[in-house]
Amino acid sequence: MTPAADGAAAVEVTGVSKVFRQAKGEVTAVESVDLTVAAGEFVSLIGPSGCGKSTLLRLVADLVEPTSGDIRVFGKTARAARRDQDYGIAFQAAGLLPWRTVSANIELPLELHGVGRAQRRERARDLLELVGLADFAKSRPEQLSGGMQQRVAIARALAERPRLLLMDEPFGALDEMTRERMQAELVRLRDETGAAVVFVTHSIPEAVFLSDRVVVMSPRPGRITHVVDVPLAARNEDVREAPEFYATVTAVREALRGRSVAPGAEASPTEPAIEPRGADLR
Amino acid sequence: MLLLALVLAGLAWEGYKLVGDEDGGSVFGVRVLPRADDVSMPHLWEIAQRLADPELSAAGSHSVLVAVLLAMWFTFRVAFVGWLIGVVVGLVLAVLMQRVRVAEAALLPYVVVSQTVPLVALAPLVVGWGGHLTLFGRPWQPWMSVSLIAGYLAFFPVAVGALRGLQSPSATQVELLHCQAASWWQTLLRLRLPASVPYVVPALRLAAAASVVGAIVAEISTGTRGGIGRLIIEYAQSATGDPAKPFTALLGAALLGVLGAALVSLIELGLRRYAPAGSGEVRS
Repeated sequence: MTPAADGAAAVEVTGVSKVFRQAKGEVTAVESVDLTVAAGEFVSLIGPSGCGKSTLLRLVADLVEPTSGDIRVFGKTARAARRDQDYGIAFQAAGLLPWRTVSANIELPLELHGVGRAQRRERARDLLELVGLADFAKSRPEQLSGGMQQRVAIARALAERPRLLLMDEPFGALDEMTRERMQAELVRLRDETGAAVVFVTHSIPEAVFLSDRVVVMSPRPGRITHVVDVPLAARNEDVREAPEFYATVTAVREALRGRSVAPGAEASPTEPAIEPRGADLR
Repeated sequence: MLLLALVLAGLAWEGYKLVGDEDGGSVFGVRVLPRADDVSMPHLWEIAQRLADPELSAAGSHSVLVAVLLAMWFTFRVAFVGWLIGVVVGLVLAVLMQRVRVAEAALLPYVVVSQTVPLVALAPLVVGWGGHLTLFGRPWQPWMSVSLIAGYLAFFPVAVGALRGLQSPSATQVELLHCQAASWWQTLLRLRLPASVPYVVPALRLAAAASVVGAIVAEISTGTRGGIGRLIIEYAQSATGDPAKPFTALLGAALLGVLGAALVSLIELGLRRYAPAGSGEVRS
């Protein structure tokens, strides 16, 4: 991982559009999107199916190329950032290789980039410790539950010590209990690594619990309609019962329904700030 | 299990001889059941006895068993070389077709069509070409033509099976390696080839059977001496006077197929960590 220019934002998306050409015609997945994610910031992308949230994440990951516009990751092009392993990624499916042990799965990215065996083992051990699976290094993926597999996937994403984590509905296939536990884990991991996170979800409470900012998108064409700041200080289980939490959940829900709640419309100290699209997004 | 299957097959054979009509069963003058007389279906013990007896009436002739074993060894080597050719060609074609989508569209129809060309038509051609060839300074040997023809049959299941296997990784797995900046070669070695094992092993087994059949048919149609194919033809000529003799050669041919499948099982054992989840045990 080569150090990026000082002060560069983790992600800087400027005027990006993505048009998929299909047999039936053209589909505009994302239209003129601007988004900046600061280093160490946690940003969730939320919206109904087809709003382009996954496409936006995949654009940042250099899995698809933009039709127009510019994408910078730590000041580099998305392709250079991918080549330099500046980000780690996790999908809804863990995508573990069934013929490799849990440890060997985490070591895979290191192996691909020529890290020595001893060093790989050590890093995998540390990461398994971090995600609470130290006893499962020698296990096969199929012996693990869905939640445990997803932890391995996250550990693998962290293997190269990236300063940016891209996550595409990583908890989408988990049950509610596991999901909440994994959210708490992710908050802790993020605090320990200091990495910026771009997190795609369609769960409102999940987005609010995890994020510094929630980016609300709408479909056809996919664009950013609102950005909701989350005014929560600590992220622990008590927060889920806090009035600020509920107020922010409501604000995101209203934004998703297309009703813009102007900041200060209600004189409430817990009212989160909502910036309509087009405002300066940091 | 294999032993039980053999005993059952033997019982079926002798059982049919016991109840079957000497002249076979006919429906409206068309024979639907084989004759059960001793010329058409010699007793198993007669076949065993024939194996122990000398091959020829001339003095000093070795037993039929020795003759069959020698022929099996010859055909096994030729079929093995054919199998190797088929596996290498099949894998290379599969990797090419996976790598270049145009190649799949262009090659796959030819791969399928190649198997519709009758071997018997192909064999004389190969022998004809071989007559003009030298291999690393050595003249082309007749057995090389036979191996080539065996390989021609064997490559097909490998190409088709390996292609499916190379294409089997999930989108998530492929994208993960892309995100990890893995090269095409790394993706092939670390993901596609290991993922293809459950598809390739059955293909190797089919290729083993195909190369044995290919070698035997090629021996017959090219007139190559020394193998089990030649023996089948030779012994068949003495069927009326010596009915048990052709069956000894057939037995040898069948055993070759079993041997090929058994060797593939050894490969399967070596690759068992790539077996799909839940089927950790190798079938015996």
